[in-house]
Amino acid sequence: MADIGVMGEGARSAPLSLRDKRTPLRTWAGLAPFLLFALLFMILPAGVLLIGSFQDPQGRFTFVNLAHLLRPNILHSYLLTIEVSLVTAVGGGIFGFLLAYAVTLGGMPPGIRGFIVTFSGVASNFAGVPLAFAFIATLGRVGLVTTLLKSLLGISLYDSGFNLYSFWGLSFTYLYFQLPLMVLIIAPALDGMRREWREASENLGARSVQYWRHIALPILLPSLLSSVVLLFGNAFGAYATAYALTGGFINLVPIQIGAQIRGDVLHDPNLGYALALGMVVVMTLTILGYTVLQRRASRFTRS
Amino acid sequence: MSMTMTARSFAAPGAAARRRKGWSSLWLVLGGLYFFLPLLATFLFSLHGKKGALSFIAYAHVFRDPEFLHTFSFSLEMAVVTIAAGLALMIPTAIWVNLRLPRARALIEVFALLPFVIPPIVLVFGLIRMYSRPPVMLVTSPVLLIAGYVVLSFPYIFRSVDAGLRAIDLRVLTEAAQSLGARWSTTLFRVVLPNIRVSILSAAFLTFSIVVGELTLAVMLAWPAFGPYMALVGRDLAYEPAALAVISFLLTWGSLAVIQLASRGGRGQGPTAGGVH
Repeated sequence: MADIGVMGEGARSAPLSLRDKRTPLRTWAGLAPFLLFALLFMILPAGVLLIGSFQDPQGRFTFVNLAHLLRPNILHSYLLTIEVSLVTAVGGGIFGFLLAYAVTLGGMPPGIRGFIVTFSGVASNFAGVPLAFAFIATLGRVGLVTTLLKSLLGISLYDSGFNLYSFWGLSFTYLYFQLPLMVLIIAPALDGMRREWREASENLGARSVQYWRHIALPILLPSLLSSVVLLFGNAFGAYATAYALTGGFINLVPIQIGAQIRGDVLHDPNLGYALALGMVVVMTLTILGYTVLQRRASRFTRS
Repeated sequence: MSMTMTARSFAAPGAAARRRKGWSSLWLVLGGLYFFLPLLATFLFSLHGKKGALSFIAYAHVFRDPEFLHTFSFSLEMAVVTIAAGLALMIPTAIWVNLRLPRARALIEVFALLPFVIPPIVLVFGLIRMYSRPPVMLVTSPVLLIAGYVVLSFPYIFRSVDAGLRAIDLRVLTEAAQSLGARWSTTLFRVVLPNIRVSILSAAFLTFSIVVGELTLAVMLAWPAFGPYMALVGRDLAYEPAALAVISFLLTWGSLAVIQLASRGGRGQGPTAGGVH
C-alpha cells in the first residue's frame, strides 16, 4: 500500500520506463527530424554567415569585416535602426500600456476589452507591404488625411516638415503593429493586478500617484521592460514594411542586407555577413534581456 | 481624525474610479482614431480609382489582373505546403517532448524561438549562401522557400500545439488508448489530434496569414509570390495598392477570426501575437 505513491509517480513520468533507461538514444531519436530540419535550414545557414564574417574574400581568417562595421555609413545604419526600434518600442510600449490599462482596469464594459484584444491580434499581424500601402493611402503625399487637412484646415503636412517616407513617418507606421503587440503582451500582467492592492492603499490614505509610484509600477516594471524589449526586437528585424514604404531608400540594416543579397553593393560579400552577424548579436541580446526580465516578472504573476 | 479618514475612504474611490474611467475613455478614443483612421482612409482612397466618382474600379483592376490570380494562388499553394510540413514536423516533436522526453523541452523551446532571433532577412541571406553552391543546390527550388517558411512558422506552430497538448491529459489519453489495444497511429489520429484540433487550426491559420503576404523570403529567392506582386503594384500604381491593402486586411482578419471563433468553443488558445514585418 505504501508503494502506491511511488508507482503512481513512476507511471506518470514514463509508461515504458525500463526501455527508456536502457536506450535513451532511441528516445532522443524521436526528436531527430525536427532537430535535423532546424540544423539544415536555420542553424547551419546562420553558421555560414558567422564563419563568413570572420573571413576575407579568399577565405582567410580576419577581423577586418567586423572593423568595417565601424565605417560611417554602416555605423549610421545601425544607429538609425536602433533609433527606429527604440522610438517605436517606447512609444508603442507607453500607448499600448495605456490602452491595455483602459480595457483591463479602467472600468470599461467587458465587450470593449474583447473587441480591442481581438483587434490587436489582427493588427499585430497586419504588417509588411499592405501596412505600408495603408499609410501611403492615409498620410502619403496625396493620401486622404493629407489632402483633407489641406483642403479643410489649410494645414500642409509636407510643407511643415512631415514626411511619411522618413524616420518619423516610418516610426509612426511601425507603431501600427507595435502598439497592438504591447496590448496583447501586457494585458495579462495588468489582469494580475489585484483590486485589493489598490483598495488597501486607498484605505491607508494613498493618493493615486502614490499607489502608482510605490505599488503598481514596481510590480509591473519587469513586465513593462520585458515587453518593451520584445517590441524593440520586433522592429529591429522588420524589413518588408520599411522596404515597401520607402522603396529601399532608408538606411536601415535590414535594407542594407537586402541590397547586399540582391547585388553586391558593398563590393564585399563578407562585409554583408558581418552586417547580418551584427543583427543577430543585437537580437540575441534583446531576447536574453527579455527572458531575464520575464523571469523576474513571473514572480508576481505566478501567485 | 477618524471622521476624516472615513469620509475620505468613502469619497475617494468614487472620484478616483470616475477619473480612471475618464482617462480610459480618452486612451480608447485616441487608440481607436489611430487604428481606424488608416483603415477608413485606405478604403476610401481605394474607391477613388475613377476620377470624380466613388467606384470599385481599383478592385476590378486588381481582380482582373492575371498576375494577381497567378501570384495569389502561388502563395496559397506555398502556405498549404508550409502548413502541412510544419505540422508534420512539429506535432510529433511536441508530443514526444510532452510524453517521453520532458528533459528536452528547454532545448526545443530555444530552437522554436530562434526564428525571433534570426530576422527573415538574415535567414534568407544564410539560406542563399549555403544552398547556392555545391554540394546542395536548392536556391532555385521551391523546397528552399518552403523550408524557410517552415522555419518562420516554428514559434507559432510550436506554441499553439504545445499549449494544446498541455491543456489535455496527454499521458492518460495515450495510456488509455494503448491499454485498449490501439496502435500508435490510431492513438495519434483518433485520440490525440482530435483533442488538439483547435490548436492545430489556430497554428494553421496563423501560418497562413504569415505566408500569404510574405515579402522578404519570396523577393530574395525571386519567386512570383503575392508579397512581391503587391510591392510591384505599389511602385507603379496609386489606387490598386490601397485596394490590395484592404483585401489583405480582410484576409488577415478572416483567418484570425476563424481562430477566435474556434478557440471560443474548445480548449487551446487564441491567436498569438506578432507577424513577420
